[in-house]
Amino acid sequence: MLAWTIYISFAAAAAMFLLKPESRQGARVLAVVAALAGLGVGLVGAVQHAGGGLVTIQKLPWVPTIGAEYHLAADGISLTLVILTGLAAVVGILFSWNVEHRTREFFALYLALIGGVYGVFLSFDLLLLFVFYEIAIVPKYFLIAIWGSTRREYAAMKLALYSFIGSAMVLAGLVAAYVVSGAQTFSLVELAKYPFPASFQNWAFPLVFVGFAILAGLWPFHTWAPTGHSAAPTAASMLLAGVVMKLGAYGCLRVAMTLFPEGLAAWRDVFGGLAVVGIVYGALVSLTQRDFKFVIGYSSVSHMGFVLLGLMTLSTIGLSGAVLQMFSHGVIAGLLFGVVGRMVYDREHTRDLDELQGRRLGRTMPFAAVTFVVAGLASMGLPGFSGFVAELKVLIGAWQTFPKFAVIAGVGIVLGVAYTLRAVQKAFFSGDKEDVPGAVQGGHGHGESAITLPEKIGAVVLIATTVLIGLYPKLLLDWIVPSFASPLFDGLRKGGLQ
Amino acid sequence: MNNLPLITLLTLTPLVGALVLALSGDRGERPAKGVALGFGFLALLEALLLVTGFDGKSAALQFVERHAWIPSLGVEYFVAVDGLSILLVLLSALLVPFAVAVSGGVGDRPRTFYALMLLLQAGLFGAFTALNFFHWFIFWEISLVPAYFLIKLWGGPARRAAATQFFIYTFVGSVAMLLAMQAVFLATGTFDLPRLAELARSGELVRGLEAKLHWTGLSATALGTVLFVGVFLGFAVKVPLMPFHTWLPATYAEAPSSVTMLLTGAMSKMGVYGFLRILAPLFPGQLRDLLGPLMALAVLTIVASAFAAFAQKDLKRMLAYSSINHLGLCLLGLFAAMQPTANTAGWQTEKVAALNGVLLQMFNHGLTAAALFGFMALLERRAAGLRGLDDFGGLRRVAPVFAGLMGISLFASLGLPGLNGFIGEFLIFKGAFPLAPFAAALSTLGLLLTAIFLLTLIQRVFAGPLNERWKNFPDLTRGELLIFAPAVALMFVLGVAPQLVVRLINPTVIEAVNRLGN
Repeated sequence: MLAWTIYISFAAAAAMFLLKPESRQGARVLAVVAALAGLGVGLVGAVQHAGGGLVTIQKLPWVPTIGAEYHLAADGISLTLVILTGLAAVVGILFSWNVEHRTREFFALYLALIGGVYGVFLSFDLLLLFVFYEIAIVPKYFLIAIWGSTRREYAAMKLALYSFIGSAMVLAGLVAAYVVSGAQTFSLVELAKYPFPASFQNWAFPLVFVGFAILAGLWPFHTWAPTGHSAAPTAASMLLAGVVMKLGAYGCLRVAMTLFPEGLAAWRDVFGGLAVVGIVYGALVSLTQRDFKFVIGYSSVSHMGFVLLGLMTLSTIGLSGAVLQMFSHGVIAGLLFGVVGRMVYDREHTRDLDELQGRRLGRTMPFAAVTFVVAGLASMGLPGFSGFVAELKVLIGAWQTFPKFAVIAGVGIVLGVAYTLRAVQKAFFSGDKEDVPGAVQGGHGHGESAITLPEKIGAVVLIATTVLIGLYPKLLLDWIVPSFASPLFDGLRKGGLQ
Repeated sequence: MNNLPLITLLTLTPLVGALVLALSGDRGERPAKGVALGFGFLALLEALLLVTGFDGKSAALQFVERHAWIPSLGVEYFVAVDGLSILLVLLSALLVPFAVAVSGGVGDRPRTFYALMLLLQAGLFGAFTALNFFHWFIFWEISLVPAYFLIKLWGGPARRAAATQFFIYTFVGSVAMLLAMQAVFLATGTFDLPRLAELARSGELVRGLEAKLHWTGLSATALGTVLFVGVFLGFAVKVPLMPFHTWLPATYAEAPSSVTMLLTGAMSKMGVYGFLRILAPLFPGQLRDLLGPLMALAVLTIVASAFAAFAQKDLKRMLAYSSINHLGLCLLGLFAAMQPTANTAGWQTEKVAALNGVLLQMFNHGLTAAALFGFMALLERRAAGLRGLDDFGGLRRVAPVFAGLMGISLFASLGLPGLNGFIGEFLIFKGAFPLAPFAAALSTLGLLLTAIFLLTLIQRVFAGPLNERWKNFPDLTRGELLIFAPAVALMFVLGVAPQLVVRLINPTVIEAVNRLGN
């Protein structure tokens, strides 16, 4: 059932080219229908899947000579991320309703990206996973290079290069694992059982981990993220921050940590430390940005630091917190980029906070202001929103393992409040009252100043999701927590997973 | 009737009100204020139902509602009231309609203004009734948001800096508290506050810290102290205890006065409530170990804030410092009650007196300070924003009712017998003198200074020759009288019959003193 998420996305991407190039509305409708179908399939599949254990969906021989299989499966972690992908896909399309330039191609690439992402989250054969991982890189490049803004060629190239370097590292590590095990299989389940020698794990783990973590924004390999996020068109930044960064973190957990638990034990402090540096560094840099999208871009680096820190805690509470944080950040970052990219930038044609200051956007676009405030509160980890529960779990896990890191991460949370408030004030609420009314011309008069219905629906869906999960995280935790009991994590359990 | 989830309804009422306002069309200020008042009164009615249904002879938790929520984090939906909670719920239910009624001339976005006021009330109700740390923390933090925006969007000229400072200071304290509570959760596996208090009494909390957090390299005692300091910071900023108070004067002065009514009347009580509900029960040993320095901070707060108030030229700042002073007394009483003594009936009585004084002082200061800032709102409105100590003079000639009622509130604030403020302070000192004679003696200096600066205020603003500029200063209108008369009447009633409040809290206080033991 869940496999259809992949097929629907790719089929719809191909079907785009059956439409006439000028049929923009058709392309939008097709895209949103396909994304909704994907989300629907994901939800139904998830509900049927009760329990969170590992269930195989499809298993066919693929390249028998080397033992590669077409093996799709899902556990609670995959399910959570599949649902996130579905949500982000639908809302991203709603926020791209105004794409007029080569609409057909835009949505085709967009759906291909989504299909690749679904594929990564559902693959339990390493070669297959890698193929989907690569598939996802190509559309990203074109989405930014063709439809992007500020320095788009540079950003697209940087993103592609970083991704390819990461992939190369991952591939090298996987091939080495394949050779060393000698088991003639790429099956994750099989390889996870194989006791790789410690000396091998000690170099293979950091290779594969960093290879994936580049995409998760691990400091100091994060620099593609802010530039990429900022240059990308709205929907692509929503997907980049919301979902693609999760591909990296997912790979770290699913592949690097599962295969090489002993390597993990050796490198845990190092990567835990880098994660914390990322949390604080991202927040500090975010505090000084003038470009509104860079503020959000660096905040993503900071929030992904929590994911990586959670992974390094190696406790069920920290790991499930990390997965929950992936979901939560996906929703919140999507919302933030939606407001900044679509609601503000498309109407004001600037993202410079100093220029926005004084345009009284809080008054001219109250809906955007309220949405951003809510998203900002969620992003700063206020209780009642999903980010709080996730960061709470990560920090509790960190207390157990790295108490000092927990305290430093606390500083990161405070900085998060500071940069969020700064952005809220500058972008939406300065210039109120003390200015002479009418002295500054805001958004009105651009012809499309009112927030459109698709944007409102998208924003409401994401806000509802973060509040729902914030108030009732059990919905997802009931899938996520049992996942860690599966035999897949036996190696980690031997390495001290509690 | 008894099966009705009254506390949940109470918390939801202002939320629904805020939602109604947010979704309704913009029809100007009057309807918005009407809706807010309506929901405010509805909440007051529900709070009164709680009070009448409350068994004042029992110290047990009442109106308990308990449901599973996030089992993997030990989180439950757990609300109930005891004497302490119900007192503060009642206070919040009284103050919000009071503040809403005083508000006016909001200018733009009146719907948002009143919706935020109601949201703040929901935060207060939740924080005063939730008994699971997670649940409580949601409301503790959420209440910051409406307060922030109320200051930021409707405050005075320096509002932006004030709002940010307020938010960040409080948030830093909250994060410190959250981190410490996470360690407590690791050690015990629960966020349930009454349960944690039990574990702390039996010593299991400290043993748990030792067992689960041994890697820190710190002894259990040192670790306990670190965690205590974390939680302490969260509350000390909120109360505030000097030297964590620096956000307060700017915030109180820049916020619209009707919002300051709630900040000082109700929100500052969240800090003292935290001391009583969380800090003292969870860390009694650590608190006792640090009692000396803490007592010194309380005395510093009482005396230094009185001096600072004395030096202010801005009336709102003067009252802000006076608020710090009054809350310092609450902490003096609390710390005195934590003083280790022999376990005799005599000492117990003193401790009960001190704690009863603390609770009374919370309620009375809430009422009086809110009334004072309410009068400030009227004064500012009449004087086009002027509020300097020397801007007025002789107002009692042109506005006798205004001067009279505000004068009564000022006298209540300085603790004149017969008015509400007296009995709380009296009980605090009655307990504190034998328990902590030195600190109590020093603190009386604060009382003295308070009397001086409040009398100066009365003299400069209301007495003396009439400042010609204000010869047309209007007296209270009938509507305003209707708002303030009940508040002032309540000051008299509670001054004469403090029993009305003590009846609710006494068993809870006795129980608390027994539990805190030595």
